[in-house]
Amino acid sequence: MTDFHKGLLAVNPADSDLLAALNKSGRDSFLQQEIPTRKTEAWKYTSLNALTSHEEGYGRLATNFNANELATLSNIPALDAHRLVFVNGQYSSQLSSSELSSSESSANVVRFSQANSEQQKIIADNIGSAIEQDKHLFAALNNAITNDGVLVHIGKNEQLKQNIQITHISTAQKKAFTVPARILIVLETGANATVVEHFTSTGDQQNCFINAITEAKVGANARLNHYRLQLVEENSIQIGGVYVDLDRDANYDSFQLGLGAKIVRNDINVNHNVGGSHCELKGVYLPQNKQLIDFHSNMEHKVANCTTNEVFRGIMADKSKAVFNGRIHIHPDAQKTLAELSNKNLLLSNEATINTKPELEIYADDVRCAHGATIAQLDEEARFYLQSRGISAAEADVMLSFGFINELLENLELEAVRDLIRPILAKRFGRDEELMQHIG
Amino acid sequence: MLTIKDLQASVEDKEILKGLNLDIKPGEIHAIMGPNGAGKSTLGNVLAGREDYEVSGGSAELQGTDLLELDPEERARLGVFLAFQYPVEIPGVSNLEFLKASVDSVRAAQGKEPLDSVSFLKLAREKCKAVDLDQSFLKRGVNEGFSGGEKKRNEIMQMMLLEPKLCILDETDSGLDIDALQVVAKGVNSLRDPNRSFIVVTHYQRLLDYIVPDYVHVLANGKIVKTGGKELALELEEKGYSWLEDGADNGAQ
Repeated sequence: MTDFHKGLLAVNPADSDLLAALNKSGRDSFLQQEIPTRKTEAWKYTSLNALTSHEEGYGRLATNFNANELATLSNIPALDAHRLVFVNGQYSSQLSSSELSSSESSANVVRFSQANSEQQKIIADNIGSAIEQDKHLFAALNNAITNDGVLVHIGKNEQLKQNIQITHISTAQKKAFTVPARILIVLETGANATVVEHFTSTGDQQNCFINAITEAKVGANARLNHYRLQLVEENSIQIGGVYVDLDRDANYDSFQLGLGAKIVRNDINVNHNVGGSHCELKGVYLPQNKQLIDFHSNMEHKVANCTTNEVFRGIMADKSKAVFNGRIHIHPDAQKTLAELSNKNLLLSNEATINTKPELEIYADDVRCAHGATIAQLDEEARFYLQSRGISAAEADVMLSFGFINELLENLELEAVRDLIRPILAKRFGRDEELMQHIG
Repeated sequence: MLTIKDLQASVEDKEILKGLNLDIKPGEIHAIMGPNGAGKSTLGNVLAGREDYEVSGGSAELQGTDLLELDPEERARLGVFLAFQYPVEIPGVSNLEFLKASVDSVRAAQGKEPLDSVSFLKLAREKCKAVDLDQSFLKRGVNEGFSGGEKKRNEIMQMMLLEPKLCILDETDSGLDIDALQVVAKGVNSLRDPNRSFIVVTHYQRLLDYIVPDYVHVLANGKIVKTGGKELALELEEKGYSWLEDGADNGAQ
């Protein structure tokens, strides 16, 4: 075992009969995979140095925390949600609403460790099934070390009105630590739910490595609205992803936001497995300073008559760096596929970097596929238009940068999420109060 | 109000304005007509300060202030307003926020406090109504998905909000049906004021039935080649421009 593997496996899973098989197969898979280097295609532009060079390694941390101080942070104002909050990986009953779990109810939101026998069966039947762990090192790691997680199970035809919010807060700590976070979402036929994943942190002295994996099994005719908001601070490391299986005529509608940190890497994998399913994936990344953010998306069109619409936009400031890799894989049987991918980027400084790569692999002949990636500066015409109305060039730039991202926010269904994000964006672009008056 | 002397300007090394003179007094409306490529739009863009236009000689002063030395936003704050021929669409930036930013900037330059949001919204709604735009246009992105006519009405609405000293209408009538033309003209006429001047650039006499000019100039080959009263527009409608262009060439020899 290399130091790399040993270091990351230092987090021992707790004894859990439910997860023992997953832990073991994850560990086996993880140990067989090589350490990514610059020569590993999927990691070409993203160095893991900051993670692997940490002298102490990343163990699990038991912390005491003052829930009162974290109440504001854990809250998404105006979001009507059933809320589960974890602090440094530990569940906080004080910050959470109670778990949603009863044998009569057809909507369950419950920790694995609290699952009843029926729920345990759902977990055992589904967990890991949407993930090809041998191809995804950090999903394998999560399989190996996860000791708890959240099950969201929505029964047949249940239209859950209330949103589900799952928040992970990391606090400033002297010692480095790992949080394996796991969510399993199972929507039965015709079910409908909205899940908001929310990662945030206190202060800027972060020592946390969040290994967060979300798995979703979206049943026939079911619809999952999924928000994943990464609002962690500068020094955090977050590596993980989202793995989705779509059944017949299923809908996966997702919005991803990443602010960047020491390393943020997300793999988003969607499998069109049966037919007639649709994936709507929107994302925004906004690294600044020396932050890094990396989105690798992979749409697997395995069968005919499925559609994907993917739009990612990024703004890179200062010396930050973003990586976007959008793969669409159309298998030989996936006739009549409609797939579109757009990735637009703005560089705000000449020391910022974006590596973007749309990747189409098409093995069927009757499909419609479009992809485009652009890297640009702000539009001169638009800037002149604003200036000709008396707005200063500096404020025009702030407004245009904000507008570039805001265009994607305008269509978000959850107003509360828009309201949470807009001031954060405004702060990113308008570092001067004077320039922020007309955005947000 | 505006004094232009011997103005010369080029775009991408192509000389467009070749010594243009124009003197506009407060309260006057000057129409500028002329064949395609004569430099009509260039004049508006040079006065508004678009970067692609290189001024190589001459001067343009607004009430004694040299405009050509100023940034576009400074000109706007002094009271120069260009209604664009092709207004830009800016998705993601709300029309209302844009209008407020604009009005706040111009007010600040005049030493006035910004309007509070409620008063501004009220004002913006009034002006929307005046140009027959639904209030929902305030919430949309700047010009985003607006029809040609709606974009032009949005321009006139901005003009009404900013109350500039010098309004330059760059082919505002192009692409407008007769109803929209009347709405636009009504907006412009409502702004007529002894202390406000207009330059109306147009291809067609039609607009001048609704916005009646004090002077009509013919711009050809980068110069004003003929000036007359509003009746000149009718004459041009009948005879075209060629008789004047020939004259311009002769004059240059």
